[in-house]
Amino acid sequence: MAKTVEEIAEAMFKMVKDATGMKKLKPTDLIKAMKELYGDDVDKKLCKEAIKQLVNSGTCVYTYFGGSFIELPHREGAAND
Amino acid sequence: MANTLPKTPMLDELETGEWPSFVKEIKMAAKENPMSSDLLALLERSYKEKIGHWKHGGIVGVMGYGGGVIGRYNDLPEEYPNISHFHTMRINQPSGWFYTTDALRKICDIWEKRGSGLTNMHGSTGDIILLGTSTDQLEPTFSDLAKIDFDIGGSGSDVRTPSCCCGMARCEWACYDTMQCCYDFTMAYQDELHRPAFPYKFKFKFSGCPNDCVASIARSDMSIIGTWRDEIQMDKDAIAEYAANGMDIKSDVVDNCPAKCMEWDGKELLIDNQYCRRCMHCINVMPKALRPGKDRGATILLGAKAPIVEGALLSSVLIPFIKMEPPYKEIMDMVERIWDLWCEEGKARERVGEFIQRVGLGNFLEAIEVEPVAEMVAFPRENPYVFYEEYFEEGDDDEEEGGDDE
Repeated sequence: MAKTVEEIAEAMFKMVKDATGMKKLKPTDLIKAMKELYGDDVDKKLCKEAIKQLVNSGTCVYTYFGGSFIELPHREGAAND
Repeated sequence: MANTLPKTPMLDELETGEWPSFVKEIKMAAKENPMSSDLLALLERSYKEKIGHWKHGGIVGVMGYGGGVIGRYNDLPEEYPNISHFHTMRINQPSGWFYTTDALRKICDIWEKRGSGLTNMHGSTGDIILLGTSTDQLEPTFSDLAKIDFDIGGSGSDVRTPSCCCGMARCEWACYDTMQCCYDFTMAYQDELHRPAFPYKFKFKFSGCPNDCVASIARSDMSIIGTWRDEIQMDKDAIAEYAANGMDIKSDVVDNCPAKCMEWDGKELLIDNQYCRRCMHCINVMPKALRPGKDRGATILLGAKAPIVEGALLSSVLIPFIKMEPPYKEIMDMVERIWDLWCEEGKARERVGEFIQRVGLGNFLEAIEVEPVAEMVAFPRENPYVFYEEYFEEGDDDEEEGGDDE
């Protein structure tokens, strides 16, 4: 059964949360993982919408360290107060 | 209120040359803005110590966007508190960099209020670069800019802000409407511009003719360069006038033709158009006499990059000729196929040009469903051990296997 944006977003959020501190995940990593997990029940467009929802809601943020990643919001080490 | 400028003997040296100096501009801004004043002092210190004092900020940005803000902090915030944060904002420039003075004043007013007041018009990306602001001013700046119809540009692993030459607005050689095309692509790929989802950056640049004034062939992953496929338009009377006025057509035009497809007998210029490489040289030398043909469109090239992770690449031909007519569906469909493949198979920080080199042009073309054509050959063949699939017939494999025993 086709998945909803909310379901995909929740699964992506869990992935990002579980990877925190171990691996930075790129949007393509999340999309590939969702395709593996849900097969034909998801497509790229749905996954992109889920990422958009995660970022627009502030649940996740884009970060850049040589490439762009999706992470949980946090205070970065380099930041000055 | 005017500030006292820090002493900067080394930076002052940079003002003594004959060229305009960025030091002069920072000093002007520093009279009014403490960020610029601290910037001068920190830069002087860096020159003395030969050490940079900037740290990279990888998280700062505006809500919902993944690009357009380049985070910077200094590593001596107690000594230079006004530039403790000094983030750069990239703002999407209008096509062809055309502004009204009113728009420019509004941008500058916003930046004097929200940032250092320092701008870079324009950065090598093509964007308006607003230099230096603090994290808490990013959202208000974004909001102020949105009110005057400006948006943030690209940075990170996304579609970078597309840019184009001034095209038909000012140039008689433009073979398609670069400004319209750049605008249409920018609007079509808003999602890809603001939400990084690629292995690495992807740049579009649009040039109206092969003179390639925005150097798209060297600076963009996808270069869309105007060209024509019929014959160069020729005004024989104007050619005769050039000759009568002393132009040496043989040495200045004919001998410089890279395809050697021109002849000049002292009276008449002949062009064998089937061998013309559309380099524009003859047209540039005799603009009154020669013009691009009437059947105009563009050549699409793919794969340029500057040397960051690996060496520099120039774009090479993907589509030799295509009519450039909105809504550019054929091109955009192909772009989507390229992105799908690159996102699926590309390595982190691998540009599309490097990706093609790794997987091979043949495999790449097959995957994006584009037929190979002779124009795609970037270099003459160097390796004699090339496998031409269509020349092999059933049974050839056995012969090949037999040959391995030798």
